[in-house]
Parts: sequence; structure tokens; C-alpha cells
Amino acid sequence: MKIFELTRADDPRQAIAAAAKANTAQQGADIRFIAGGTNLVDYMKLNVETPRQLVDVNHLPFDKIEALPDGGLSIGAVVRNSDLAYHPIVRKNYAVLSEALLSGASPQLRNMATTAGNLLQRTRCMYFRDTAMPCNKREPGSGCAAITGVNRGLAILGTSEHCIASNPSDMNVALAALEATIHISGPKGERSVTIGDFHLLPGNTPNRETVLEPGDLITHVTLPPPSPGNRSLYLKLRDRASFEFALASAAVVITADGGKITRARVALGGVGTKPWRSMEAEGELTGQSATQAVFQKAAEAALRDAKPQSQNGFKVELAKRCLVHALKLVTQTA
Amino acid sequence: MPTTQEIPTASPIGRGTPRIDGPLKVSGAAHYASDFHFPELLYAVPVEATIANGKIRQLDTAAAEKMPGVRAIFHRKNIGKIFRSSAGKGNEGICIERRPAFEDDVVRYYGQYVALAVADTFESAKAAADAVVVTYAKEKPNVEFKLTADHDPDTVETSYGPEKRVQSERGDAAAAFASAPVKLDQTYVTPAETHVPIELQGTTAMWDGDHLTVYEESQAIFNLRSVLAQMFGLPYENVRVITKFVGSGFGSKLWPWTHCPLAVAAARQLGKPVKLVLGRKMTFQAAGHRAHTQQRLRLGATPEGKLVSLQQDYVYERSMLEEYHENCGEATSFHYSVPNLRVHFGRARRNIGTPSDMRGPGAVPGLYATESAMNELADQLKLDLVQFRILNEPKIDEGEGIPFSSRHYVECLQLGAEKFGWSKRNPDVGSMKRDGLTLGWGVAGAAWIATRDDAAANVELRDDGSVRVACGVQDIGTGTYTVLALLTADKTGVPVEKVEVVLGDTMLPHGPVSGGSWATASVVPAVFAAADNAMTALLNAATTTPGSPFENRKQDDLAFKGGRVFVKADGPGGGVPFADLLKRADLRLVTGSGRSEGIFGSKAKPKFSMHSYGCHFAEVTWQPEIARLRVSRVVTVIDGGRIINPLAGRNQIEGAVVMGIGMALLEHTTYDPQNGAPINSNLADYIVAVNADVPKLEVHFLDYPDLELNAIGARGIGEIGLAGIAAAITAATNHATGVRVRELPIRIEDLLKSSVLA
Ligand SMILES: Cc1cc2nc3c(=O)[nH]c(=O)nc-3n(C[C@H](O)[C@H](O)[C@H](O)COP(=O)(O)OP(=O)(O)OC[C@H]3O[C@@H](n4cnc5c(N)ncnc54)[C@H](O)[C@@H]3O)c2cc1C
Ligand code: SF4
Repeated sequence: MKIFELTRADDPRQAIAAAAKANTAQQGADIRFIAGGTNLVDYMKLNVETPRQLVDVNHLPFDKIEALPDGGLSIGAVVRNSDLAYHPIVRKNYAVLSEALLSGASPQLRNMATTAGNLLQRTRCMYFRDTAMPCNKREPGSGCAAITGVNRGLAILGTSEHCIASNPSDMNVALAALEATIHISGPKGERSVTIGDFHLLPGNTPNRETVLEPGDLITHVTLPPPSPGNRSLYLKLRDRASFEFALASAAVVITADGGKITRARVALGGVGTKPWRSMEAEGELTGQSATQAVFQKAAEAALRDAKPQSQNGFKVELAKRCLVHALKLVTQTA
Repeated sequence: MPTTQEIPTASPIGRGTPRIDGPLKVSGAAHYASDFHFPELLYAVPVEATIANGKIRQLDTAAAEKMPGVRAIFHRKNIGKIFRSSAGKGNEGICIERRPAFEDDVVRYYGQYVALAVADTFESAKAAADAVVVTYAKEKPNVEFKLTADHDPDTVETSYGPEKRVQSERGDAAAAFASAPVKLDQTYVTPAETHVPIELQGTTAMWDGDHLTVYEESQAIFNLRSVLAQMFGLPYENVRVITKFVGSGFGSKLWPWTHCPLAVAAARQLGKPVKLVLGRKMTFQAAGHRAHTQQRLRLGATPEGKLVSLQQDYVYERSMLEEYHENCGEATSFHYSVPNLRVHFGRARRNIGTPSDMRGPGAVPGLYATESAMNELADQLKLDLVQFRILNEPKIDEGEGIPFSSRHYVECLQLGAEKFGWSKRNPDVGSMKRDGLTLGWGVAGAAWIATRDDAAANVELRDDGSVRVACGVQDIGTGTYTVLALLTADKTGVPVEKVEVVLGDTMLPHGPVSGGSWATASVVPAVFAAADNAMTALLNAATTTPGSPFENRKQDDLAFKGGRVFVKADGPGGGVPFADLLKRADLRLVTGSGRSEGIFGSKAKPKFSMHSYGCHFAEVTWQPEIARLRVSRVVTVIDGGRIINPLAGRNQIEGAVVMGIGMALLEHTTYDPQNGAPINSNLADYIVAVNADVPKLEVHFLDYPDLELNAIGARGIGEIGLAGIAAAITAATNHATGVRVRELPIRIEDLLKSSVLA
């Protein structure tokens, strides 16, 4: 870990002004916000992140979960993952989000982790974590050790020849299925970005992970009102029973009417370089009956463009089974 | 007369006794090796090589040296002399990685220490270590997964002395196999596994002139003392090693690793105490691991299921310089009756950190392979897995041609089968269901050597009615403190609460290693002898003190039981508490010493074959829709001699089964094919079983004393519980899914091939 300065922001303008001086908001940022610190501090200890200044955002007034007039929900950037998971409105209207959060990490970590921190948590690619290894995300142009090395846990969707790192977050997958919007306050004012546009594909610049610019502060995340009569669910598959990132996961939000699916939102985790919304799967489901055959078609569609690496070919089949099973469970009449 | 002791109703041995050190541990008052602080203590952080093969070309320490708080950056040129060490008899001078750090500029494995930063704080030392710039002449490392044996002579040197590569042979195994009516020829692979004890390895070293004190979480303090005396050219008695508590070792703390002498050398060079605690990543690189093994098993049998031939040819990886022997044939020669047998091994050098003992070394990977082969052959023969084993039960140890001291393997299998409900097993793959899940049932046997190391102990009877027992053995979390209290209480009749136990210091009488599951068996005779001698001293005082109720009595007429002395002829009803006798004689205490010779490594041919036995019955559930396999039930039966403390004993077996679930389904250290780093070197990527992976575990002990081993017939049970469990789980997995996994761990990739789809 490199020596750094820690300052505490008491109002958002102060935080934005401090971070606006950063060289970038992506890999290599010299100024970083710190929230729960459960991801950032890890990487600072490994010298993967070497900010000279940390701006503590934990005291900003973004710690509330509020029902919106339109029936949606606003979630503050520093709301702890556990508070969010157990919030009555979340449990009632957005079960998929609660389940995704609770499937992640451990209770201790969830008590620290925040909404914005979780959105921005970085890949678990083992080469990214080790500064002695080549890694295009950490050090552009140095190569990708994972493509020719250990890549069992990495992505099969949205990869590029420069990077195949998977987005590790469970929460993000639920947010993708819920069509969340990220609200940002920056040096140039406020703006909002849909979850689908927030994370970037690696392409030629895997070091760029989001649309954030220096000084951009996430203030809150909003969810649209739940579609009436919907049921949602998160299913996570991994090697051990708990405390592990997903090999494959599925977030599904389904509205069915008399056995017919009228609306479907599907996102996959553990397999994409970003939280992977699958409109292809949604297209196969919408207007169809909730049958195994339809689910299978949706799964095939979702994984059609998968590009397996030397070790993670099994994820194609695993993700399919995950999605099919999630759809089966969510459409089962109780 | 006031009594200071109560007569306990019965011996505490065999009664479940909570750990006497429990309160210290849960209140944070138990001091582990790196919890000790000293004035002027400095902190050391090693610089790890970032190549696995090559040479250090240049080491630039200039920037690091100038950093705040930095005292020194050590490397080959300025660390001072560190000698090599050599093994003596038994457990003296054992060091698996003999090459002292910095001995030359060659890098042979990833993470090898190439320099050492020492500073006023840990943070400064770490920052300085990170700032050392090392340039290498890099060569491609050999971490090839598939193992082909190197050219080796018929007898090879190993860390434990010479070993014949044909380890055991009888009859003509090849010919018998060739003509066997039923055959099995399969290869089983176990990956490198890392111990990952929660407490990290570390050393705090302190010099006082030419006297050295080291706080180390060691499983063998006397061995470490002898190694350090050699490495620093010191008289043996000038080295003191202290290990009060160990946060598990699983073998990784048995023998010294290269960081320990580095801390000692740095303390010497700087004239100040130095603490060096490894980071988790370093423990994957340079603090041992279970060697990756590849074992070809060839079994031949009659159609009725009688084994006629067994061949085990195994290859294991070793590091570039060292000769650690992973003895996969440990249990093969005696476990089943078979007239023709050959066990043979080879070794393959790799650019990896040196493998070492890990819980049940040799036998655990060995039994995984042999028990898996037994299960496969039974299936081929269409025989019940339990019956097939019973059919091949030997009458004597056919490898050594000697009788067993105490073997109840068949009873283990029978009891386990009954407790598990094995008779309800339908052998057809995928045929058993519960709650919408497919069940798989499997079984495997276990064996682990029972032996004794040298041990000495001292017992003091004190005038306040308490007893102190001291022994330089270590409690590695297994309950050794409590075992010594129970043994002493048993012998002297003093209640357990009145026994003070002192361990973990080379100032104390020479204790055994806490490894090989020998510690308990080894301390029994030493503690008993010490207690006997202390009691004799007490009787001496009782018969010679003027005014003593027993003055001028013959010692032989007296007895010492239940903490009281009485005349044998009068029976135990009356008698005098020993504390009263001490007071009358104006003695604060009397003391007795005891020692016992070890039998391990002795050249004399043993009269008996001594082992613990056991078996595991495992159930898995299979949910093909999501390729999810979980262990849902395990019943374990252990024939581990007399169980001194069933509470701690059960805990050992349960812990081993949990580790076995990890071995079967999760654990593997993966070497990066490009640069040779153990790449999953942290606890998020090196997956071990968590609570949610652990089902209901049932443990039964047969409790037959093995009186050939010691007076109460106690063996150790730290390792036996891990033997066989992986084979039971792979058998259960095959039963549920039809997928035969012969390379651990069982992965989702394997299970996706299952044709059991609902
Ligand atoms: C052992 C372990 C296991 C885990 N397992 C899982 C798992 O199974 N599933 C899962 O989903 N996650 C898992 N996690 C990850 C965990 O969810 C994240 O670490 C956590 O969500 C990060 O939140 P934080 O508040 O601590 O972020 P921090 O570490 O504080 O910050 C992360 C990043 O977000 C930035 N940031 C923080 N707040 C803001 C803001 N308001 N505006 C702009 N930028 C901001 C920081 O600058 C930093 O770059 C695990 C973590 C650990 C350590
Ligand atoms: S996959 Fe991406 S993060 Fe991993 S090594 Fe390659 S470039 Fe780096």
C-alpha cells in the first residue's frame, strides 16, 4: 500500500471538487472516493490501486432508501448492502435485488459495502490482482495473462481479445433486470445513466470500466415502479454453498398472465464482462407460455454469442441451466 | 483434619472434557507466537521473487533504503552467514527446504525470498519491500501438470532418509494381474493443496549475546531448536523456542520454513528483536503444500471378489532442490489381503515451492486412490462396496508379516453401515431419490500409522493440593493442554481443575512433535512415569518425615490414589491428602521426571503393526437442473485406540471430514502455466469448505485400547479422519450422477457430463 491522504467530505460539492482534480475516474485514478472500502482497500493493499488521496463519502446525505411518488424506489449511494437487502419495500417489490445482495459476500462485508461501491466493484480476475502479472486492465498494453492462463472464472459474453474479466457483482445483475438508473453528480452538474449504459465493454480499453469522469459522484440509484403482478428471483451457482462469487447467476423478473409471459426481464451474472442483460432471452419469453421448451429457447438465445476460453466452456451450459431453472422457479405457481 | 482435595469418583479419561485453555482463547488472553511484543521490536517483510525459474540479475535497494523508518534491506550480500542444517535421529534437525534463503542468486520457484526489508513498523517494512526493484534473467518454469517420473536410482534420498522406490513387494503382482479374471487399471490424480491454517506462519527472533530466543508457531519446537542451532552455529542450549498456542498447522508448521532463519539473521545483524509474519499469499508460495500426485492403480480379482493382485505406481511433484517424500503407499501394503502386491514410486521436479507434510501426508492422497480403485472394482464385480472390503480383510499385516496390535476395520464398516442405513442402498446409478433430489451413497476406508515419538515430562505435586505438569510439546489447537491435564488427573487422582499444564517451551522437558497424530500417544508414558516418580517422592517424604502419620512405614505398604495417601491394608477409606503430607514435611513441592523412547524410525523390526482404522459413509445430493452436488450426510467410524477426550476427539474427526469435503469438491492450488505462480493464493480464490457446505456429521469411536502402544492404549486421531473421505464422496458422486471423477476436486465441469438428468 502506498501512503495516501484521507479527507472526509461533509457535502457533495466538496467531494466533487476534490475528486475533479483526479487524472481519471478509471484504473490508475490518483484520487478516489472511499465508501465501505471493502473493495478499494483490498486493491490498495495489493498496489493495484494506488491513489494518493481518498475522499471519504460515508458521511454524505445519501444513506436513505425512499419510495418515489411514481411507485419506484430511490436508493442512496452509501446505503449499506445489508440495509438494502432487508428493507421492507425491497423485499416486497424487488425480491430479486434482496436475494442478489444476500447471495453475495458475507454478513460482515454486506454491513460495510455500499450501493455505489458495489456498482463499482472490480473484477476478481487473479491476474488483475497481482501487479507482477501482465494485465491490460491494470496496465494497458501489457497483455492479458488470463486468456492464455487460468480463466475458469472469467467471462464468456462481451469479451474482447484484450480482456475477458467478468463483472463480479451480484447486485448489478439484479439492477440490470430491474432496469435501474444511476444518478451522478459531477463537476458539470447532474446526470443519470441507465444501468445498461453505465458499465463499458472491455473492447480496446479494458482499463475503462464505466462512463464515470473525474469528480463524478454517484448519489443514488433509482428503480422504476415494479411492474404489476411480477415475480422476481435471483439464482446463483458456484462451487461451494456460500461466500463465493458466481460462476453463473440469473436475475429474472417475470410477469405472467394465465400461464402466458407478458413481460420478461432477464440478466445474467458471472458470465459477462458487465452485468449481462439479455434482451434476446426476453424476446424469446415475451408472449410465450411458461414451459421448459420456451425457457430452453430463451437460454439458448442468451448464450448464443458466448465465446468460451480454454477453461470456462462449461459456463455456457451452466448459465443455460441456471437461467432455465430460475425461470422455472419464478413461474411456478406457489 | 481439613481436606484439600476431593476424591474424584472415576478417572476423567474417556469423559468429554471442554478444553482447559478455552477461556483463554475466547477472551483473547491466549498469546500466539506473533502476539508477543518487545521494546524496540522491528518488523520484517520479505521480497518475493516474481519469477519461478531464473537468476537474480540485479537487486536495487537504493530507493527502499531511503524510505522512512527503514532499518535495512537484507539480501545475499549482507544477511551474514546462515549455515545449512542436517537431520539427526528421529525428529531432530528436520528441515524440508534445506537451502537457506539468499544462499545463491538462483530462483527456483515463484515467491522465493530474494530480499528482506526491516523497518520500525510493519507498514514501512511492507512499503520498502515493495520498493525493492529486482531484475531477473528469466527462464520458462516447469509447472507442467502431467507428471512423468524423473530418472532416479532404485533407492533415493528423501527428507526423511533413504527410500527404496519399490516400496513394498510380494508375490508377482504383474503376472497375477495379467492372468486375473477381473481387472481394473485406472489413474487417480490429486492436485497440490495448501494447508491455509487461519494463523499465519511467523517468527519473532531475539538475541541476547549468543543466546537466541524465537517465538514461532511451531508444531515441533525441539526440532526447530536443533535446526536453528545448526544454522547459526550455536550451542544447542543457547537456543530457546517458545510456542504457547498454535492457530492450526495441518503440517505446515511442523518443519521450519526459510522465513524463520531470515528473521533470526536480521535480528542478529541489527541487534534488535525482529518480527516476521507471512502474508497469506506467501504461505501458498514458500510454506509448504501437499504435493500433487498421480497414481496408477492396477487391481486384479477373482469373479467372487478376492483380490489377487494390487499394483500402485505413483508419481509426485517435488521442488527443484528438495526431496520431500509424499508416501502415497503408506497404507497400501497392509490394508487388504492380497497375495501379489507391488508399490512403487517416482518423482517429478517442478519449479514449485517445496511440498511438505499436510494432514495425513501420503496416506490421504494414497487412500483416495486405493479406496477409489476398490470402489470401482467392486462396482465392476457387482459386489457391495462394504462386502467387497470385508471379503478382503487380512489376518495379519501382509506387508510386514507381523500381527496387528489392534485392528477392528471390519467392525468399523459394519457399525458404519448400520448407522448409515447402508442396507437400503440400491446400487443402480441415479436410482435413489429424496425431496426431488437424486442421492448418491459411497463408502471408503481409512488407516493411519500409530506410533510414538521420544517424550519427556515433569510432574510436581504441590502443597496447595495442585499438580503441575510440564512438557515441551505443542498444543496446535487439538487439545493437548487438556490431554495432559486429563492424564495427570487420572494418575494422581487430583481433579482436572487443579492441574496446571505448561507446554510449548524448549526450557521444558523434551516433548514430541505435534504431527503424525503422535503427540498424545507419545506423552502418555512420559507423563505417567513422571507422575509415578513424583508420587514416589511424596511417599518418601511421607515415610521419613517425623510426625507424619506414615512415619517409618514401608513405602510398599502405602498407596497413592485419588490425591490421597493411605495404607493399602486399610483401604482407601481413610488416608491423608498429599498436600497435608507436604506441609507437614515443610515441602512446597515434590517433583518427578519421566521419559519414554519413541518407536518411530527405530531400526528394530516391530512386533506389531500399529495403525488406526476407520471408514466414512457419505451421502451426496445431486440436482442436475443446476449441476449442484452437495454432501448431505457423513457417518464416520474410527478405531483410534482409547479415546482420552471424546469431546476433542470428535472435534478432530469432524474437522477432518470438513477438510475432506474440501478435498473432494473444492481445494486445489493452481500454478499459472506461464509464470509458475500459485495463482489462487488467497482465501477468496483458494476455496475451502464453509459452514454451509457442512452437513450433519456423525462420528463413532470404537474405543478399543491399543495397549501395545502405551499403557492406556491411546492413539492420536488428528489425521485419520481425513483419510478416505474423498474416495467416499467420489463414490457417492458416481452413484448419484454416473460420473466417475478420478482427478480431484470434483468440479461442476465433470458433473455437467452426468446423464442423470432428473
Ligand atoms: C471476501 C469478499 C467476498 C465478496 N463476495 C462477493 C459476492 O459474492 N458477490 C458480490 O457481489 N460481491 C462480493 N464482494 C464484493 C463486495 O460486494 C464489494 O466489495 C462491495 O460491494 C464494495 O462496496 P464498498 O462500499 O465497500 O466499496 P469501496 O471499496 O469503498 O469502493 C469501491 C469503488 O467504488 C468507488 N465509490 C464508492 N462510492 C462511490 C460514490 N458514491 N461515487 C463514485 N464512486 C464511488 C470507490 O472509489 C471505489 O473505486 C466480496 C468482497 C470480498 C472482500
Ligand atoms: S482478463 Fe482482463 S483483468 Fe484479467 S488479465 Fe486479462 S486483461 Fe487483466
